Amino acid sequence: MDKLLIKNGIVIDPLTKTEVKRDIYIENGIIKDLPVKKPTVDKGVVKTISADGLIVFPGLIDMHVHLREPGYEYKETIKSGMEAAISGGFTSICCMPNTKPVNDSEEVTRFLIDKAKNLDLINLFPIGAISKGLKGVSLADIGKLKEAGAVALSDDGNPVEDSALMGRALLYADTFNLPVISHSEDIKLRGKGVINEGVMSERLGVIGMPSIAEDIGTARDVILAGYYGVKLHVAHVSTAGSVNIIKQAKKIGIKVTCETCPHYFSLTEESLLDYNTNAKMNPPLRTEMDKRAVVEAIQDGTIDVIATDHAPHSKDEKDDTLDAAPFGIIGLETSLPLTLRLFHDKKISLIRIAELMSLNPAKILNISGRGSVSNGYIGDITVVDLNKKWQFTEREIKSLSKNSPFIGEKFKGKTSFVMAGGKILKEN
Amino acid sequence: MSFQKKDLITIKDLSASDINYFVETAKEFKKISLKDIKKVPTLRGKTVVNIFYEPSTRTRSSFEIAQKRLSADSLSITVSQSSVVKGESLKDTLLNLEAMKPDAFVVRHSESGAAHFISKITKASVVNAGDGINEHPTQCLLDIMTVAEVKKDFKSLKVAIIGDIYHSRVARSDIYGFSKLGAEIYLYAPHSLLPRMIEYGGGKVFIAKSMEEAVKNADVIIMLRIQKERASYYFIPSIEEYRNFFKLTPELLSKADKKVIVLHPGPVNRDVEISGSIINENKTHIFKQVENGVAVRMACLYILIGYQKLNG
Ligand SMILES: [Zn+2]
Ligand SMILES: [Zn+2]
Repeated sequence: MDKLLIKNGIVIDPLTKTEVKRDIYIENGIIKDLPVKKPTVDKGVVKTISADGLIVFPGLIDMHVHLREPGYEYKETIKSGMEAAISGGFTSICCMPNTKPVNDSEEVTRFLIDKAKNLDLINLFPIGAISKGLKGVSLADIGKLKEAGAVALSDDGNPVEDSALMGRALLYADTFNLPVISHSEDIKLRGKGVINEGVMSERLGVIGMPSIAEDIGTARDVILAGYYGVKLHVAHVSTAGSVNIIKQAKKIGIKVTCETCPHYFSLTEESLLDYNTNAKMNPPLRTEMDKRAVVEAIQDGTIDVIATDHAPHSKDEKDDTLDAAPFGIIGLETSLPLTLRLFHDKKISLIRIAELMSLNPAKILNISGRGSVSNGYIGDITVVDLNKKWQFTEREIKSLSKNSPFIGEKFKGKTSFVMAGGKILKEN
Repeated sequence: MSFQKKDLITIKDLSASDINYFVETAKEFKKISLKDIKKVPTLRGKTVVNIFYEPSTRTRSSFEIAQKRLSADSLSITVSQSSVVKGESLKDTLLNLEAMKPDAFVVRHSESGAAHFISKITKASVVNAGDGINEHPTQCLLDIMTVAEVKKDFKSLKVAIIGDIYHSRVARSDIYGFSKLGAEIYLYAPHSLLPRMIEYGGGKVFIAKSMEEAVKNADVIIMLRIQKERASYYFIPSIEEYRNFFKLTPELLSKADKKVIVLHPGPVNRDVEISGSIINENKTHIFKQVENGVAVRMACLYILIGYQKLNG
């Protein structure tokens, strides 16, 4: 389809910070200002979508997703991950390199890009490894990764323990203007912890991960970025301490950005009460105080991005003790509805949501032509019905894995249409 | 014109006119190397000791030939396999050699500041033949001489220095030397191998945004050697990656001015920092540098020992 008209929606554009009822016209996959003479709504030439009473966002971008292909296709494939993403309203996802083999080479990056191209669904932007094999011992061939199409680097899953390697990775990546995403954590201090250290770990009698393990990791990475004068993006901020460190760092001009995930502003360690392995992730769910700090940071701009850290694990893997079950929860299908709760609670505006979930990820990752609904941008659009009430059930989950703490949750607000490059992928 | 110091430790000590004086003197000495009988009696009866705490074929032979052509009596010691093994300190080694009344020491050491340290112990002149990552002043002078043979004016001459700048004593000396003469310096390297600060005594030093930018605008390109060990300490991912993104290739070089002067201090890692074909096709001044190296080292010994004669 060459021509697409989205009529009467309330268009949220984070670039111009506008929220107005207007039509969007997409020609050959690109958003165009409406021609003075309106295109003839000659059916077959121009397809029209009625967005009456709906919200039109620039296509959502999730910059932190674990697809499990290659290597762990029983948890998630590129295809199933994309289907979950579409269902959740995402038009672009970035996949972390902890696959098998690890994405530390141009071969794996090319494999991912080619596979996505063949699927022809949404956009896939691979993230390459910082260190070879994610081992933290030597740098991956970073220039080659960039050349192959990686948009960022991360050893996510493992913190980079060696400060010299992290510092030089930041510097070396800066040569290629490639953003580095840190999983900031002091791994020795985390030790064998499985949930947040505190009241809940005591009550359940399990080993805790102190929140300062994250704070110390964040502080180190921010200090490195500040000293070397280079950019850093901190993944999945979950503690009041990390939030504060990043806030102070931004104040003194350190080029740091960060993301949080919906579960950190939606849940606390209380969710682990029944040794619920579907509430086990790293960083772990924290306290009410941390949750409040995260929400405030989303409001005041300290947090730049909401990403899911979508981490699928099979039923069998999660059906185990809290100690043994793997870290991680799926998130693609609940990210937008959970974020919309912040809007419904009058905590943030729709424009802010569009910044957090589209414009800022595009900016941080230097993804051009995305993140805005304006002339010349790519026709990636997410149309949302703010008032649609629905329940998240296991049966409806598109992801191959079902490890979500939000199953059974009732939501207000659902994705109605998703289009990538002007191509309609979801239509209610 | 004269030079008022006993030693040549760092280019920082030299004024622009000092540098010109060394280079002009070297030009005179170069004539000797072009004669049938390549020997003058200038330093007859003078003793020069070359102490090399780090292996070096090129620099050592250059100094030795310079000494022979000036008729100095010289002795070369490679210390790594003698006293150090026996546990003798640098100071004791020097005090012993000092007792034999040499007129000059030529010192190469893997530790920065070694030549400076030695110059405080001895009454003899000290020529720094490279100390750690700090400086290599005779290399700088021979680089300047090589460029000066082609380019008359150094004011706003654009000098690109590309490669492992952080660990390079050649880069450090060249940055000081060329900028003292008014040149603009453009550095390019993986950012992990750039110096942390680029304050070089008020010199005009810039970081180039890309290899292409550095090469395109340059009048002089100085390529530096990359050591394989840099990958083990995370400065670079691998030699293969370095080759892919930081090598001077014929394609890149074709974007530069036709008269661009390409230098390399040697020894060259062919096809790592520079394509072998660029050297094979004679598009560099590398062998001119080697030739001028002898003349510069003759000039240095002559000037420093001459100063000793007047003030010693
Ligand atoms: Zn992580
Ligand atoms: Zn992750």
